[in-house]
Amino acid sequence: MDQLIFLVGSGLARGSVFAVFALALVLIWRAARIVNFAQGAMAAVATYLAFAVTAATGSYWLGLAAALVGGALLGLVVERGVMRFVAHTSPLNSVIVALGLVTIMQAGLGIAFGNGYRTMNLPFSSTPIVVGGVPLLSPYNIFVLVVAAVLMIGLGLLFTRTPLGLRLRASAFAPETSRLLGVPVSRMLTLGWVLSSAVGALAALLVVPTELGLNPHATDMLFVYAFTVAIVGGLDSPVGAVVGGLVVGLLLSLVTGYLGSTLAPIAVLVLLVAVLLVRPGGIFSAKEARHA
Amino acid sequence: MTGVLTHGGPAAASSGITPLLEVHDVTAGYGHSPVLRGVSLTVPTGSIVAVVGANGAGKTTLLRTLSGLVPLSGGTVRLDGVDLAGVAVEHRVRHGLSHVPEGHGVVAELTVDENLRLGGLWRRDRKDLKAAVAEMYELFEPLARRRSSPGHQLSGGERQMLAVARALVARPRLLLLDEPSLGLAPRIVADIMELLRTLCDERGLTILLVEQNVRSALLVADHGVVLDLGEVVASRAAASLLDDDALRHAYLGF
Repeated sequence: MDQLIFLVGSGLARGSVFAVFALALVLIWRAARIVNFAQGAMAAVATYLAFAVTAATGSYWLGLAAALVGGALLGLVVERGVMRFVAHTSPLNSVIVALGLVTIMQAGLGIAFGNGYRTMNLPFSSTPIVVGGVPLLSPYNIFVLVVAAVLMIGLGLLFTRTPLGLRLRASAFAPETSRLLGVPVSRMLTLGWVLSSAVGALAALLVVPTELGLNPHATDMLFVYAFTVAIVGGLDSPVGAVVGGLVVGLLLSLVTGYLGSTLAPIAVLVLLVAVLLVRPGGIFSAKEARHA
Repeated sequence: MTGVLTHGGPAAASSGITPLLEVHDVTAGYGHSPVLRGVSLTVPTGSIVAVVGANGAGKTTLLRTLSGLVPLSGGTVRLDGVDLAGVAVEHRVRHGLSHVPEGHGVVAELTVDENLRLGGLWRRDRKDLKAAVAEMYELFEPLARRRSSPGHQLSGGERQMLAVARALVARPRLLLLDEPSLGLAPRIVADIMELLRTLCDERGLTILLVEQNVRSALLVADHGVVLDLGEVVASRAAASLLDDDALRHAYLGF
């Protein structure tokens, strides 16, 4: 029972990061109909930026700010500088270009920082708090959960309660109609990339120090799990990303705890296959497919 | 303050003299084959002009060219004297142009209320937007009852109504309508045509209507333009077009 509580807690903390990263994928998918395979590498660049800023200033928080700003700028550069010019004749085009970006960014990180593992500072202890002999969440886990929750609620409010959110959604669903109604669709698309890239950077910064260790390929597994989350939840659905993230985080944690860590990735793949067989669009996919 | 729906003022009141829209010798199309070949027409302020013609005559392309979705390869389009060539698609609504596209363009994933607000977001004046949306709920009661339903749950007639209402939230001077009768029962088509006439007569709204449903369109319009293979083959009072049997047989197929 004690172990279960601990596994559920840490599983939810990890799952919330998957959820946030999956949200980043969903944001771009909804805005541009592109699965951004470079999301992981872009987040790695931002995480290294945080690492460098923290190393230079000694402040975790300045590093975090640098990751967010750097991530946002990277989103801007990738969309305005590269993705905008990719022909939409086949969905494969953007995938190939994204994979090219991954190679360039990971090689660049290797050149700049070396390929070895780096240690990152944490703002809070990662030792679980023990209550009555039961190890519960660590302060860092709580920090992660709070940041993820604030971010999800913030994004939710942005999209459903603000005029900007309405513009972003309309541009994603019906770009041509939106333009006729005076919405600057092209700017909304760029904003989608900026937002997504910053969100992805934040997720990576939260999970890399404790789970993955900082190296140029640190975010590869994060991308794989978050991609699974997005597919399980439905690429179109922010709610699906959140629920899917928590489910995958819990699953990984429980399987690791009770059956061993070697089985954990397999369990995630089994979940992915099962969902694809039963509901190929994802659990939370829209019932009515869009044709226009 | 004049009617909330238009910025018309005195010019709109003295209808029929000043052309609001002047299309001169317009050539446009996709790739290298022009769909429109030297099209010229004018839409007088405060009138309804119907463009009719067979399938593939270039009716939809004409509207898409006017709103900028199809690039102009020759000729000029002037709205109230302003050359629209240099105005981006998303800025044309600021000049008073509202385009209800073919198949109405209701955003299926958004609610009725969100669709309506979307029509006026460009103005950034929240109070004004609220007033405009509230006015639409008064004008279109069925929409008020369904304000939080998503677009995909609406009937065809309700969607067309929503599309027109959404365009009106922008308080346009010129409304471009692409086949509002498409897929609707005759009774509902009649309602929509009657609504257009009311908007024109009572609010001074100028309307350019493209229709496959020739009879309904010419009955409601002041002026009719017949388009055939991208060229204007006739342009005169709507009533006289309806009476011209030879023309009807040749170009309109009934």
